[in-house]
Amino acid sequence: MTQDLIYSVCGIALFGIGLYGLIIVPHILQKILAVNIMGVGVFMLLVAAGHNPGGVSDPVPHAMVLTGIVVAVAGTALALSLVCRIGELQRDGADEEAAP
Amino acid sequence: MNGLQLQTLLPWLVALPLLAAVATVLLQRLWLCRWLSVALSAAQLALALTVLLLLPEQSDSAARRYALGGWGAPLGIDLYIDGFAALLLATTAAVGFLLSIYSGAYFNEADKAARFWPLWWLLMVALNGIFLAADAFNIYVTLEILGLSAVALVALQGSLPALQAALRYLLVGLLGSLCYLLGVALLYRAYGTLDLAQLALQAQAEPLSWAALGLITVGLLLKTALLPLHFWLPPAHSSAPAPVSAALSGLVVKASFYLLARFWLETLDTAATAGGLQMLGALGAAAVLLGSLQAIRARRLKLLVAYSTVAQLGYLFLLFPLAAPLAAGPGIAGAALDAVAYFIIAHACAKAAMFLAAGNIQRAAGHDDIERLQGIARRLPLSLLAFGVAGASLIGLPPSGGFIAKWLLLDTAIDSGQWWWAAVAIGGGLLAAVYVFRVLNLAFAGSSSTADALRMRRLRLPKTLSVSAFALALMTVLLGFNALWVLDLLDIGAPLSYLAGETP
Repeated sequence: MTQDLIYSVCGIALFGIGLYGLIIVPHILQKILAVNIMGVGVFMLLVAAGHNPGGVSDPVPHAMVLTGIVVAVAGTALALSLVCRIGELQRDGADEEAAP
Repeated sequence: MNGLQLQTLLPWLVALPLLAAVATVLLQRLWLCRWLSVALSAAQLALALTVLLLLPEQSDSAARRYALGGWGAPLGIDLYIDGFAALLLATTAAVGFLLSIYSGAYFNEADKAARFWPLWWLLMVALNGIFLAADAFNIYVTLEILGLSAVALVALQGSLPALQAALRYLLVGLLGSLCYLLGVALLYRAYGTLDLAQLALQAQAEPLSWAALGLITVGLLLKTALLPLHFWLPPAHSSAPAPVSAALSGLVVKASFYLLARFWLETLDTAATAGGLQMLGALGAAAVLLGSLQAIRARRLKLLVAYSTVAQLGYLFLLFPLAAPLAAGPGIAGAALDAVAYFIIAHACAKAAMFLAAGNIQRAAGHDDIERLQGIARRLPLSLLAFGVAGASLIGLPPSGGFIAKWLLLDTAIDSGQWWWAAVAIGGGLLAAVYVFRVLNLAFAGSSSTADALRMRRLRLPKTLSVSAFALALMTVLLGFNALWVLDLLDIGAPLSYLAGETP
């Protein structure tokens, strides 16, 4: 009981840290990392929920975490590609301004 | 017709758009993609209408449930349909059909069109999946498919503001889904199940379920863009391509509202507190007023329409105080749901028509600066007519779907003894009249400046664009005449079934 309680509290703490980062930190890459930290927090809570001391642990939360990781990878990839494209456009815009 | 048929149709509502998404990736020829998509969205519409027609024969809730792969509820993932879900599915299919026709003519650059169709079909997969979901984790997955495809569709525009709006939309969407997932994790920890019907039976009013409901609500409110959390919607919806804006404002935000209604009034109704229900209503009322004021002040036409969405979403949240089990009897709660469901359908058609009309104006004029749209009605009579008819529905003028919806809402508010919500609905209608007529006044009065007129003469708008915008506007008028048929359907296994003593 205490073991998975520790993991649950850690998971919620990670979620909180990520949320704080997402709102406070100005840099966009750090914001994307913060979202990932939030995700890890939720996954930790889920894994803790499946923990069964002395018995076979519940597989359903593990399946959920696996799905969640796939979704998180897809979301992060989309966010990073958007950031790259925005960076390119901003550089182009700056170049045009510099060269009349 | 037997019960088996309805059940076996349900998975096709998800499978058909998914197959279409794969097909449009694989097919290299654009014209083929375009015609295949129009044909498949017609098939989807036929499928959704068949489901709608079969539904009245299925009063037994087991006949409206489909176990994917035969696994059944605790472990497997079920699909479940009732009147509310079926109506939203049909609305999605109908609006989606007209938007597909419009999009076929709208995207004239080959690379944009090639990227559009697979994303468009994924959006349809996610919407249908959400409306049919009977499993809390499956909802998370469909929400993410919805969010990711919607973000990619906004980014399709390719301009810097569109990409920045898309990135913000993505971060907000991810934050919303993670809050939702944390809520679901707490629910699983407490009750050991993800099936919505089983959760409804087991959930109790205790701290853990309150926390879960709170997290789920915050996550879904972010996605529905209720007032304090609406900041991402106007830039994202106003910078997307026209058919995408129409789908986002008309359909996508309704999906998360639908889930909110399910969680508050059905799945976790034991954990819902009267204060929470009233607070949702108050935020909705604030959204109606502030969203309308922002729309009046907007300088760009598409931004005006996007702020109008913020305002119209506010009306939907009046469902919660009006259907509050403490304040109302069963009859009133049912009437509140009728009114709000009608509102969703009428707004979906009207707002889609409005965004398409705004897109036509933007394409013909080369800009969407409201002050410079003088006399544009002479160039685009059909598009402006569509804008006007859709606007009439948003204001709530008869005969339109918006009028019936607002009438039902006023009626329910007064019946439940909460007249102040009726005042909000009337005030919102007046404010809507201000921003709709502000555009129409300029468009119909005065002559267009010569420079703009010259530009426009060279640009010919394809007929399909104005006709499909007008067809959507016509649908809002038709909704004004067929209210009873729609309302009867809603009563089948309504989400408020706890009031009738039926277990969902």
